[in-house]
Amino acid sequence: MQRAIYAFLAGGLFGAGLLVSGMTDTRKVQGWLDVFGDWDPTLAFVLGGAILPMAVAWQLTRNRQPVLGGAFPPKPETRLGWPLVSGSVLFGVGWGLVGLCPGPAMASLTFGGMEGLVFLVAMLAGMLAAPPLRRRLVEASAPA
Amino acid sequence: MQQEWIMGLIGGGMIGLAATMFLLINGRIMGASGLLGGLVDGTGRGNAGERAAFIAGLIAVPGLIAFAMGGSETHASSNIAVLIAAGLCVGIGTRLANGCTSGHGVCGISRLSLRGIVATVFYLMAGGLSVMLFKHVLGVI
Repeated sequence: MQRAIYAFLAGGLFGAGLLVSGMTDTRKVQGWLDVFGDWDPTLAFVLGGAILPMAVAWQLTRNRQPVLGGAFPPKPETRLGWPLVSGSVLFGVGWGLVGLCPGPAMASLTFGGMEGLVFLVAMLAGMLAAPPLRRRLVEASAPA
Repeated sequence: MQQEWIMGLIGGGMIGLAATMFLLINGRIMGASGLLGGLVDGTGRGNAGERAAFIAGLIAVPGLIAFAMGGSETHASSNIAVLIAAGLCVGIGTRLANGCTSGHGVCGISRLSLRGIVATVFYLMAGGLSVMLFKHVLGVI
């Protein structure tokens, strides 16, 4: 129960931050990606503002345990591979096309209208379709 | 313009603090696509309650704030085909890459994860090219 309460609070703060920073406004996101048009640098401030506290947080995980017990995530994998690259490219194409990534797509669910709902349902369908695609990619890129 | 940058910095700080909370208290990486995707494809069954609670907060709190402010605009495209195509790309892409802007961008870069940095470079470049192509060349957005 405690885990769920803190998860709810973290999710709420994340969502509030997305709203405050303007990341639920697709025009601002597309403005950031529009480097050949009327470029809007806001997203750089958002990313910077988010990465700084997290850089400190990662330092605080050293030789410690999470407050609610268990273990911190292991060291990140270093293998890159095709799923990472092709997935990121595909994500970027969709992100540019509408200006929504998964966090803001959920955060704007209550005020994003039918447009937001259609995007979210398509995103969920994509997430359901991804595991078999990933298996094929891994098989195709595995050394024989 | 400058006020929007300041709001970006404040909102970004809130996102970073949320990720900090989730890491230091729950011991988890705050990645929106991973938390949701694990519920969708069943790989996150073991901690489904924690994931669902995070998503409930993520939907409810900005909803309440927007309601209190008298609404908020997303200015999303009203073209159904564009919405579906983009949603599919984002859903498939983030699950193939195992992360999105929050997981790879915020949580990955802040620990200097090579995968996080590479993913962010690729989705930023693809996003920029996507806007150039669909807005300036094809004119569909």
